[in-house]
Amino acid sequence: MGYPAEYRYTKEHEWISVEGTAGTVGITDYVQSSLGDIVFVELPRVGDALEAGKIFGSVESVKAVSDLYSPVSGEVTAVNEELKDAPEKVNADANKTWLLKLTLKDAAELEKLLTAEQYEKFVSEETGH
Amino acid sequence: MAEMTATLRKTALNATHRAHRAKMVDFGGWDMPVEYSGLVAEHMAVRTGVGLFDVSHMGDIQLRGPGSLAAVQRLCMNDASRLAVGQAHYSAMLNEDGTFVDDVVVHKLSDNDFLIVINAGTREKDVAWVRRQVGAMPGIHINDYSDFYTQLAIQGPKAEATLQKLTDVNLSAIRNYWFTWGKVARLYNVLIARTGYTGEDGFEIYIPSDEPTSGRVWSEVLEAGAEFGILPCGLGARNTLRLEAGMALYGHEISETTNVLEAGLGRYAKLEKGADFVGREALVEIEAGGGPKRRLVGLEMMERGIGRDGYPVCAVSGEKIGVVTSGSPAPFLKKNIALAYVPVQYSALDEVVAVEVRGQLVKAKVVATPFYKRAGTKRP
Repeated sequence: MGYPAEYRYTKEHEWISVEGTAGTVGITDYVQSSLGDIVFVELPRVGDALEAGKIFGSVESVKAVSDLYSPVSGEVTAVNEELKDAPEKVNADANKTWLLKLTLKDAAELEKLLTAEQYEKFVSEETGH
Repeated sequence: MAEMTATLRKTALNATHRAHRAKMVDFGGWDMPVEYSGLVAEHMAVRTGVGLFDVSHMGDIQLRGPGSLAAVQRLCMNDASRLAVGQAHYSAMLNEDGTFVDDVVVHKLSDNDFLIVINAGTREKDVAWVRRQVGAMPGIHINDYSDFYTQLAIQGPKAEATLQKLTDVNLSAIRNYWFTWGKVARLYNVLIARTGYTGEDGFEIYIPSDEPTSGRVWSEVLEAGAEFGILPCGLGARNTLRLEAGMALYGHEISETTNVLEAGLGRYAKLEKGADFVGREALVEIEAGGGPKRRLVGLEMMERGIGRDGYPVCAVSGEKIGVVTSGSPAPFLKKNIALAYVPVQYSALDEVVAVEVRGQLVKAKVVATPFYKRAGTKRP
């Protein structure tokens, strides 16, 4: 499935796509694949303030539970309500299935994130493949 | 982890698993497939059709000679004198204090020949234990045959129809926990046992562990099961299947710190079998003292949240009273279930307790195990 070049990535396997000050956050195909069948996504509420690098929720599969880390700081403007009843959508297409949208507080934070190329290299080093 | 890969043990099917892009994990020192197409799909295939597992990491100790029955009786808590040739049963090797060295399946190959199937992660310990406990007894020969067998588990309501295509042995005549030998996939004298660890009907076959043979039989079973939607399955599905079926896993429900009675496996400990076995005295004492103080129970989560291995179990007041030993969403039952140790006073059915899930108390109810029981079988 790969990693879209226009996204930025965290080492905790979230992606963010940005237009102006509006960010959309999801998890990467690599982490959905290693988690396997996702059964529950726990998300913050609209209006919550997120801080870069801090936990904002969790994603739980049959096998394991994994924390979600915010790529940037900002205020949550929407959460993907579909995932309440259909969390498996993340497995089906992690690149397109967003978890939440937020308004960026400081666009400079994006520079600390990984490019698709850097993320792919990071993952291959992590897995040894 | 990458640098550890070189030291992991591999089954003869390792290259096959990797070629089929299975997700591999370190399981008890073994590089094993945890998942092929997906845990839930694999779990459902076993419940509704058929699945194929590589369980070659399991160990095999053979005790032979005129003293072998006496040795098995000394080592294992169940009564092997009641086994007929061609029959197997669940049993365990215990420490002096009634805790588990390992849980095992004992197969009676002949009057003077027993095969004990042991867990992968405990192999060295088990072999050393067997030699220490019975190595000096007269008339026995102990062998570790673990590396000589590729063990395949074919499990599910369509397991018999699948395997039947590869053998002339009348599989429907093999009863649950019995076995025979026969030609399978052009291999002579394959041990075919109607055993498994999924709560479903099925077979385990023991074939030579060379790579070409193992790979060939693996492929032939998959071909034979294709019309039933067979899926190659990983240890992830094996774990959720055995959990739904309420079966204990070594290192979780049973270990060196849990005894047979609290684990609810007392029915397999034949205290009156007429032979002293290691751990017997401790079990007699625990029973005489009013039974165990804690018990393994089944829990069903009543609220959103999944109790996982190691999570604390609390009274609804919040006081910590026990611990989850295995917990997961149950793919077939579509409930979140767990096995947990709780004090006896909290172990009655319908008792409401709580599991501390990442800092939050989530209510759970004590329910009967097995969580899942397959419908009546048509076997003789």
